[in-house]
Amino acid sequence: MDNIAIELRGIDKSFGPVHANKNINLKVRKGTIHGIIGENGAGKSTLMSILYGFYQADSGEILVDGKAVSIRDPNAAIAAGIGMVHQHFMLVENFTVLENIMLGAEDSQILNKGIAKARVELKRLEREYALEVDPDAVIEELPVGLQQRVEILKALYRRADILILDEPTGVLTPAEADHLFRVLEQLKSQGKTVILITHKLREIMAITDEVSVMRRGEMVATRTTAETSVEELAELMVGRRVLLRVEKGEARPGEVKLAVEGLTVKDGRGVTMVDNVSFNLKAGEIVGIAGVAGNGQSELLEAISGIRRAVSGSVHLNGKPIEVTGRADPSDLRNRGLAHVPEDRHHVGLVLKFEECENAILGYHHDKRYLNGVFLNVDAIRKDAEKRIAEYDIRPPNPRLKTANFSGGNQQKIVLAREMERGPDVLIIGQPTRGVDVGAIEFIHRRIIEMRDQGMAVLLVSVELDEIRALSDRILVMFAGRVVGERGPDATEGELGLLMAGVEGRKEAAE
Amino acid sequence: MDFFHVLVVLLESTIRVSVPLIFAALAGLFTERAGIFDIGLEGKMLGAAFAAGAVAAVTQSVWMGLLAAILISIALSLVHGYASITQRGNQIVSGVAINFIVAGSTVILGEAWFRQGGRTPALGEGARFQTITFPYADSIREIPILGPIYSDLLSGHFILTYVAFAMVPISWWILYRTRFGLRLRAVGENPGAVDTAGISVIWMRYRAVICCGILCGFAGAYLSLAMTAGFVKGMTAGKGYIALAALIFAKWRPFNIMLACLLFGFLDALAIRLQGNPLPLIGQVPVQLMQALPYILTVILLAGFIGKAIPPKAGGVPYVKER
Repeated sequence: MDNIAIELRGIDKSFGPVHANKNINLKVRKGTIHGIIGENGAGKSTLMSILYGFYQADSGEILVDGKAVSIRDPNAAIAAGIGMVHQHFMLVENFTVLENIMLGAEDSQILNKGIAKARVELKRLEREYALEVDPDAVIEELPVGLQQRVEILKALYRRADILILDEPTGVLTPAEADHLFRVLEQLKSQGKTVILITHKLREIMAITDEVSVMRRGEMVATRTTAETSVEELAELMVGRRVLLRVEKGEARPGEVKLAVEGLTVKDGRGVTMVDNVSFNLKAGEIVGIAGVAGNGQSELLEAISGIRRAVSGSVHLNGKPIEVTGRADPSDLRNRGLAHVPEDRHHVGLVLKFEECENAILGYHHDKRYLNGVFLNVDAIRKDAEKRIAEYDIRPPNPRLKTANFSGGNQQKIVLAREMERGPDVLIIGQPTRGVDVGAIEFIHRRIIEMRDQGMAVLLVSVELDEIRALSDRILVMFAGRVVGERGPDATEGELGLLMAGVEGRKEAAE
Repeated sequence: MDFFHVLVVLLESTIRVSVPLIFAALAGLFTERAGIFDIGLEGKMLGAAFAAGAVAAVTQSVWMGLLAAILISIALSLVHGYASITQRGNQIVSGVAINFIVAGSTVILGEAWFRQGGRTPALGEGARFQTITFPYADSIREIPILGPIYSDLLSGHFILTYVAFAMVPISWWILYRTRFGLRLRAVGENPGAVDTAGISVIWMRYRAVICCGILCGFAGAYLSLAMTAGFVKGMTAGKGYIALAALIFAKWRPFNIMLACLLFGFLDALAIRLQGNPLPLIGQVPVQLMQALPYILTVILLAGFIGKAIPPKAGGVPYVKER
C-alpha cells in the first residue's frame, strides 16, 4: 500500500443539475505516469480541479501518501506536494519567467532578496530536469512550448512530487510534444508521479504506465497500458464500438473551384500573417492545411471567406474573382456557393443565446422559404430545423432549446448542417472537431467525406494532425504564414511534423 | 512683467492644481492595476473633501479632518469593492453610482448640519493646512533665475503637495519592488494565475481598493483643507475624471502619471491665466475651450499620438472560477 501516491475515495461533485463526478475511486502509484482519458465533459478536468483544491468535492476523501488530507484551496494542494499544469496556462503574460515562477512563493515582502534566491533555485531545477528557459524573458514573447515549460517549472519550484498535466499537448507541435514526453519520463525517473489528462489515445499508449477511463462522470475502468489496446480504450470511452479510421475511396478531382493566388494578409498590428500563399482547390477533393495554431491558417480562412481584408493577392471562386483586398461580402460569397464553418463556433459561428432553430438559419435568414413578406416564417424555420436535427442526429432534438445548452459536438453539428445542406460548391471548414467528442467526430468525418464524394470542394484547416491525415487528399503545411510544403495523404507524421516546425526540406525524422 | 516671471507664476499654479490629480490618478493606479475599473474617483474625492471640511470645522483640527477624509474615502472604496469584487457587479455602474450618491448626499448633509447652502464653515488657521516656507526663501528671492525657482516654485507649498510628489516614487516602489505589488499587478492581468498560486484574488483586490481609498482621501483633503478653506458643493468639478484620463494617458505607469497630471494641471493653470486676456494672433478665446482642453488633448493623443494604451488585461472583469 505504501507505494500509492494518491488515492481518491468516493469523490462526488455536482454543478447544479450537472453531476460531473459520480463516486470516483482512483489509485495512482508512486513514480508512474498515470493517464486519465475520457471524452470532453466526461469529468476529467473537474476531478483534477478537486484534487488541486480549485473546487470542493461534495463528498469523498483524498489520500496523499496514504494519509487523508483536506484540500480546501490550491495552497493546501501545494503543501501536499501536488502541482498542476493547466490546459490554459496560468501565467501572467507581461511578467518575466522569473516573476511568474515566484508569484505566490516570494519568501519575503521585498522582492530583491527573493529574486536572487529564485534565480539560484531555477538554475538548479534547469540542470536537474533539462528544462532550460531564460529567466528574464517575458512570457508573451515565448513560444507555447516554452510557456508550458515555465508552468512545469512553477510546480517544481513549489516542490511538487505529484504533477498533474491537463491536456498538455493541445497547443504543441509534434516535436514539442515529443520533448514534453521526454521531460515527463525524466521526472518519472527522478521519482515524481505524473498524472496526464488527455483525450488522445495515442499519447496514452505512448507514455503512460497505467490508464483510467472516465465516461459521463464515472470512472469506468483502470488498465495497465501495456495490456490494453487503442480499440479497447476507445470503446470504454464512448461506451460502444467506434471506427477510428475513416474509410474513404479514391478522390476524383474535377475542375478548379477555388483558386488562391499570392494571397498576403496582415493583422491589426501590421504583422504579416499570411505570406504570398497560392493553391488550387478542385471539385471532389479535400485539401487539408496542417500547421501549429497561429501560423496564419486562421487569417487565411478569414480572408477567403470575406471576414478579413487581404493586403494583396487574388482569389477566384468558380472562375470569378472575390474582392479579397476590397469589400468582399460574406453573404454575397454565400450566394455564390462558398460556405464557411468557422474555427471558433462560439464567437463566429453561433449566437449562443439564440434558439437552435434561429442558429440553424443564421446568415440564410433572407432565404425566401424562411420569409413571410418582411416577417420570418417561424413554422417553416422550425420544420426545417427539425429535419436537420434528424439528419445530423443533433441531441437533444429540440429546435426551441437555447444553443448554449447543447454540447460542443452538437453545436458543431448545428453549424455543419447549416453550411453543408445548401449544397455549396466550396466548403471551408476550420477545426471541425475542436471540443467535439469521439462519437461525434466519427459522424462529422463521415459527413465531410460524403460531401467530397458528391463533388464539393473542401478546404480543411485543423491543428489535429491525425485529422488532416485521415481526411485530406492533399496536405499543405503552413509555417509562419507561408505554405512550406505539399504532401500526399500518405505523408508520415514525422515528415509533416518537421515541416510544421519550420524545418524545410525532406529530411526524415530519425527512424 | 517679464516672460520668466509669468512662467514661474504659471508653473507654481500648475503644481497647485496638479496635486489632487496626482493623488487621484495614483489611487486609480492601484485599483486598475488590480483589475478593477474605477470611475468613482470623482465621488471618493468629493466625499473625502466634504468629510475633511466638516470634521475640521467641528474639531478645529486639520489632522482630524485629514483622518476623516481618508476614512470616508476608504468606506466608499469598500462599497465599490463589495459591489464589484464580492457581488461581481458591473464596475462602471458601481462607480457612477458612488459619484451620484456622494454628489447629492454631501449637499444634503452639509445643508442639514451647517445651513450654509451646502458649504462647510470657513476654516481658521489651525483647521487648515499652512504653506511651508523653506529656509532663506525670502532672502535669496532676488537672485536671478535660481532665486524665484527656489523661493516660489519649490518653497511655499502645503505639506500635502510634497506628499503627493513623494507618493509617485513610493507607488512605483510598492508596485514593482514588493511582493504586494507583484501580486497586485498579477491579479489585474490574470487572476487565474494568482488563484492557482494559492493567493486569494478577492483579498488582493480588496487591499488594492483600500490603497485607492487612502490616496483619494488625501486628494479630497487637499481640496477642502489646503487649496481652499472649507468644502464647497461639487468642488471636485470633474478632477476625478481628469485623473482617470491622466491614468490612461500615462498607460498605467506611476512616473508617466505624474507627467500627465502636470500637463493637465498646466493646461488648467493656463486656462485660468488666460481668462479675459486675449491670446496673441488668435485673440479672445472662450474660457470653456481652455477648460475642455485636457479632455480634447486626451482624446487626440489617445487616438494616435502616444500609441495604444493597453489596459490591465483582467480590468473590469469580476473573477469567477470556471463554470
